[in-house]
Amino acid sequence: MNKKLELFVTFAKIGAVCFGGGYAMLPLLEREIVNNKKWATQEEILDYYAIGQCTPGVIAINVSTFVGHSQAGVLGAVVATAGMVFVPTIIILLIASLLTNFADNIYVQRAFSGIQVCVCVLILDAVSKLWSKSIKNRFGLTIFAVVLILALFTDISTGFFVVAAGIAGFLFGKFSKKEAEK
Amino acid sequence: MIFLRLFWEFFKVGLFAVGGGLATLPFLYEIAAKTAWFDPAAIIDMIAVSESTPGPIGVNMATYTGFTIHGILGGLTATFGLVCPSVIICILVRMFIQKFKDSQNVQNIFAGLRPASMALITAAGIGVVTSCLVFPKLLLQGDISNGFHIKGMIFAVLLFVLMRKFKKHPVIYIALSAVVGIIIGF
Repeated sequence: MNKKLELFVTFAKIGAVCFGGGYAMLPLLEREIVNNKKWATQEEILDYYAIGQCTPGVIAINVSTFVGHSQAGVLGAVVATAGMVFVPTIIILLIASLLTNFADNIYVQRAFSGIQVCVCVLILDAVSKLWSKSIKNRFGLTIFAVVLILALFTDISTGFFVVAAGIAGFLFGKFSKKEAEK
Repeated sequence: MIFLRLFWEFFKVGLFAVGGGLATLPFLYEIAAKTAWFDPAAIIDMIAVSESTPGPIGVNMATYTGFTIHGILGGLTATFGLVCPSVIICILVRMFIQKFKDSQNVQNIFAGLRPASMALITAAGIGVVTSCLVFPKLLLQGDISNGFHIKGMIFAVLLFVLMRKFKKHPVIYIALSAVVGIIIGF
């Protein structure tokens, strides 16, 4: 299959079942992009998420753009993103024009209550799988713990965490290299 | 020209909303206040629909808002406007990173970014858990019996075991959960 078509179809499939926003997309990306298509490694997906946090826009779009660009340049980025928004846009337009009280429907609410439980499990499952790839030493564990606690209990913007963690990584790398040289 | 204006308003949302879908909310309230294109009260409905349908929440909100303002073409224009800045910026960022990816400094930066990224994803996961399975506010008030959603937690554990055992595509579990939700409700 043509690479750009393949990008569009793959991201359309992810977009069509991505409930619960960008974070809940992680297990889908792992399955389709890392395992099936081998378009990115787990580490790269984490990097894309980190960068997606501090660049403007919706995280899912940022990640699609990154993966698309890595596979087929600028046009690849555009078709991957177009694929990502394709099905959701159609669904929203249908609901907005035909089913004005969609969200009040009892069956929709009940189905969504079940999906929400599933989204919790999917995210936590993805986190546990990525653990060993991202937390490699005490430095990583410290960053993880500090950011997690601050993200849960304060209103600090997520972009700030990413920038601060990047600076911490930069300084830690410099510092530990100097230690090694001594 | 309404479409140009729509595109521009949502382009600005895409450009300034950093950190995910719900970060677009304050901007939508601003658009509502500034343009009178739609009633701010409608935003609550938009959130409900955006969260209970597939797709990035920010994109869904833009499509819905755009549709409310100017029909199907309005929805498409708003979505296009929202997505544009992210795509352009991410392409530039990636080109920049590619150029310096072998530099030790860049690798050090990523060594700090990955755990932070994991922490933010975990925090988001905990956020979903505390909105549907465990309610810390009730627990702090000593209301243990209502603080845990027992039925939901049993189902969550069951799902986790199934996921680990059969390693099927996530869609299977999402569909299963929707069906179980319709039948017993959570």
